[in-house]
Amino acid sequence: MINIEKITKKFGDIIALSEISFKIEKGEFVFLTGPSGAGKTTLIKLLLAEYSPTLGEIEINGEKLSKVPKNKLHLWRRKMGVVFQDYKLFPDRTVFENVALPLEISRTPVSELNEKVDKILNLVGLTERAYLFPAQLSGGELQRASLARAVVTGPEILLADEPTGNLDPKTSAEMIELFTEINKKGTTILMATHNQGVVDSFKGRVIELDKGKLVRDEAEGKYESKKAKK
Amino acid sequence: MIIKTVKQHLSRSPYQSLAAILVVCFAFFVIAVFTLLGIGSGIVLHYFESRPQISAFLKDEIKPQEIELMKAKLVGTGKVKSITYFSKEDALKIYKEQNKDKPLLLEMVTAKILPASLEISTNELSSLKEIAQELKKEPMVEDVIFQEDVITALSKWTATVKKIGLVLGVFLLLISVLTILVVLGMKISQRKEEIEILKLLGASSWDICSPFYLEGIFYGVISAIFSWGFSYIALLYATPFLVSFLGEIPIFPIPFLFMAEILGGLMILGIVVGFTGSILAMARFIRSTK
Repeated sequence: MINIEKITKKFGDIIALSEISFKIEKGEFVFLTGPSGAGKTTLIKLLLAEYSPTLGEIEINGEKLSKVPKNKLHLWRRKMGVVFQDYKLFPDRTVFENVALPLEISRTPVSELNEKVDKILNLVGLTERAYLFPAQLSGGELQRASLARAVVTGPEILLADEPTGNLDPKTSAEMIELFTEINKKGTTILMATHNQGVVDSFKGRVIELDKGKLVRDEAEGKYESKKAKK
Repeated sequence: MIIKTVKQHLSRSPYQSLAAILVVCFAFFVIAVFTLLGIGSGIVLHYFESRPQISAFLKDEIKPQEIELMKAKLVGTGKVKSITYFSKEDALKIYKEQNKDKPLLLEMVTAKILPASLEISTNELSSLKEIAQELKKEPMVEDVIFQEDVITALSKWTATVKKIGLVLGVFLLLISVLTILVVLGMKISQRKEEIEILKLLGASSWDICSPFYLEGIFYGVISAIFSWGFSYIALLYATPFLVSFLGEIPIFPIPFLFMAEILGGLMILGIVVGFTGSILAMARFIRSTK
């Protein structure tokens, strides 16, 4: 599904990522951990084609990012949904309009759009908040709206960059439940997080980065490696 | 989605939009006025140029053969466009027509006292003087008058109006493009983060840029419509004065079709100006984000 092959990303003399390689299979739920500055966000931005790698190759379902022409990058991005720590919702659009945006971009007919948005808002429990603006929502509701927007088009891959970073433990747990539910429907998830509680309770695959290098890839890992505990 | 986004852009910063529309509207109004002035003065000039420009008054004793000889001689120069002979009776008819509301003047005049004449127009304005000199040498010609000064002055004036209009028009169009560039540039900068989000959500360059292109075109088209309306109102307001000033020169009433053509021209100009301004603004933004 996702194949990261010896990816290096340099910003001038600074090496943000150094020869990172791993594969993620379809339907996996993978946590990307590591301290601040480890390269987690850079990796997500590389997957989103926001940055281009200095060296190496990214492949999704056999399609190489390096072969995608610049004017077709938007089609590459449409394969993925993305959730940000700071939600990145449009303040002057209602929850419904924010969630509908990716469908509008992909020119979905109105009736289908309404149906899909209603369904996804129901899934994340925001039906009652559909016509409120972001400023009228709590942090948890904002993140649920952001998640709804990310998955409304039914992408194969969901990227999440610190989605629980601004949430309290209870709301974080609720969010992870939602992510799990979405993952069970077949969506592959790569989540960059600092949230130890979430990672430890999930017991899923953990890829750890440190100073731009892949230092751990465990199938059923915890936030801290066994070696570090010792 | 594009129309919805344009509406949002306009409603979010209405004063910036209004400023852009007012500046472009003023520019287009001046362009419309100079266009009308240029076309109008062109018609006036053409009117004078196409009128018989030299009147040669003939002596009473002239014989028909001498008139024919004189006409042949003039045609032989190759510089004459048309020659019309007006007999004494024709001159009386014209006199009567011109003074039909002054019966006292009509009573006193008979065909006998009016001279027969040749009305001559030339192919080139520059030939007027030469032909007039030739006619003056003719023994059977009593007097020669021609409108050289009027036409020369008018043609200089028309050329000046066109030049000023062109320079002013180009200058104002430049200001219009720059205004749209600055206003849209500010709007694009304000939406920098939104543009980034849209990109990440899979929006193509066209999805992102087209609302701004459409907004620029909207400014241009709205300005064209308003400036056309203002110039039409100004023209209608000035019509009574212009009609009495221009006398028998056939300009008024101005056909609506002609004004519709002016509107079409202004709208095309509006689309070009708006699109150019928005493309430049978008290009500047793309350069700054690289």
